[in-house]
Amino acid sequence: MSAVRSQLPILQVLVPLLGAVLVAFLRRGTSAFALTLVVSWILPFVAGAMLLQVLATGPISYALGGWAPPIGIEYRVDVLNAMVLMLVSTVGAVIMPFAYRSVAFELDDSKEAWFYSMYLLCLAGLLGVAVTGDAFNAFVFLEISSLSTYVLIAMGPDRRALLSAFQYLIMGTIGATFYVIGVGFLYVLTGSLNMVDIAARLATVGPDQGQAVLTALAFITVGLSLKLALFPLHAWLPNAYTYAPSWATAFLAATATKVAIYLLVRYYFSIFGVAIDIRSLPIGDFIVGLSIAAMLVASFVAVFETNLKRMLAYSSVAQIGYITLGIGLANQAGLTGGLVHIVNHALMKAALFLAVGAMFYRAYTVELKDLAGIGRKMPLTTAAFTIAGFGLVGTPGTAGFISKWYLAVGALDKGWWLLVFLIVGSSLIALVYVGRVLEVVWLREPSVEIAKVRDPPLSMMAPLIVLTIATIYFGFDTEWTAGVASTAAKSLLGGLR
Amino acid sequence: MSAVRTFIEHYNYVITILLMMAGLYIVVARGNMVKKLVGLSIFQTSVYLLYIEPGKILGATAPILDPAFKVYSNPLPHVLILTAIVVGIATVALGLALVVRINEAYGTVEEDEIFERDRDA
Repeated sequence: MSAVRSQLPILQVLVPLLGAVLVAFLRRGTSAFALTLVVSWILPFVAGAMLLQVLATGPISYALGGWAPPIGIEYRVDVLNAMVLMLVSTVGAVIMPFAYRSVAFELDDSKEAWFYSMYLLCLAGLLGVAVTGDAFNAFVFLEISSLSTYVLIAMGPDRRALLSAFQYLIMGTIGATFYVIGVGFLYVLTGSLNMVDIAARLATVGPDQGQAVLTALAFITVGLSLKLALFPLHAWLPNAYTYAPSWATAFLAATATKVAIYLLVRYYFSIFGVAIDIRSLPIGDFIVGLSIAAMLVASFVAVFETNLKRMLAYSSVAQIGYITLGIGLANQAGLTGGLVHIVNHALMKAALFLAVGAMFYRAYTVELKDLAGIGRKMPLTTAAFTIAGFGLVGTPGTAGFISKWYLAVGALDKGWWLLVFLIVGSSLIALVYVGRVLEVVWLREPSVEIAKVRDPPLSMMAPLIVLTIATIYFGFDTEWTAGVASTAAKSLLGGLR
Repeated sequence: MSAVRTFIEHYNYVITILLMMAGLYIVVARGNMVKKLVGLSIFQTSVYLLYIEPGKILGATAPILDPAFKVYSNPLPHVLILTAIVVGIATVALGLALVVRINEAYGTVEEDEIFERDRDA
């Protein structure tokens, strides 16, 4: 076992990468799904083993190909990225059974195997970004995940899926290129691409090069903000989430933006924060400002959306605002709140998008007006939607409350009373858009078409129920969410200059 | 005079930045999807230059172990950019494939016309 144990970091990337190739060769939907399911279920165990190891003995360093860092590429796992790896691989595994019927329903038979292949490639890219300790390697994985995401979105049944994928491709590539420009500045300044090494060398660059350091910081911030859809760089997100296949939307909403957020946290707190006094820069306040705008404006837009998927997409932009708010606050409680919301939001949003996917599977529509009364015909699905929706609002007893509690405490620690009111205010707007849906689906009389639907089969119900229970469970037992996030936040803030 | 001198000494960076801005401008300003991709490609290519230029040392050789050569250029930027070129090709290829599919679905690759057709439909 010890031979496997020492290779865990590379397995995290290698397993889905090889799986993607094999699945592409299979070509038949059912066998492709079976292999994808097996691959998806291996990964959480790999990530879990690493998380336990990191919590027990500290960061893992893995020299790729036996070349010692900083010359070779280093895979470095600490509490923060072990948490992200665990999240991405677990969400991928839990929602996988849902894909079988949903993907077969929405895609042509000939495309199914390609869909699973692209999903595994995307998974490999996302896990790669999270596991690597090399700035340029992160760019390559970021583009692996992004390119496969464009394909996943373009496979959506509507022709507007193609347009959304193209627009995302343009925005995503600009973002990635900005990121590479930033990395280029860092490389010219320090002569290194290893993140730990960059941080150490950046601390010793002369004061006359301060401008170049700030330029690198600016390029990386803007580039990654495009990838993580920070308001107002979120323009690609609503269309992409609306027209992608239902299952792909659930997966992407739960994982893709989260990994970009992780990378931003890594740059702020493990690279720039270690090398320069980042708290003296106005960047924290700037991010807090944009986050508040996201929380309020995107939530407000969501209130008026008639398409359920688009409404949830705008809600995602707002919820990303909460996460970046925690990053901007940059104190123990605030950062914990931001990091724990990465996990909590992923669980809730995956549940919500799966519920909407299940409704589409039965009722062929995601337009709110056509879904009137569906709660009486699909009680379990709608109940799951309701609980996850309350999580989104931040009702006590759900995971969403935990994140907002920490964020509010973080704001109070800074003495920003107004911010606490804004957090509560944004939650109230969320209550409006979730409540509006609940009123339509539960209280109205079902139409003739809706009267014929019923809850989806077990393979679709099970992931939905697991995620919904997780939403409630992590509202009470926070050891594995807020506990881990708090440990990560402590080590990140402790490393700051 | 010193400004002119800085300009001439760093003329390669000036060209790089001009290409960068030109590429980004095309992406933003053009409604034709193929032209957008051309702009995107120019934008990415300028970044290749940004990496390659600091790696070049005048009068230096390739990094070979030989007592006759003392000064050598750093090979790492070239290797990085080889990777970035592959990523760039994949991006443009995927982008063009999407444009082909969009053209099949809508009968045009002009963004404003596509929006119009979606509104009508």
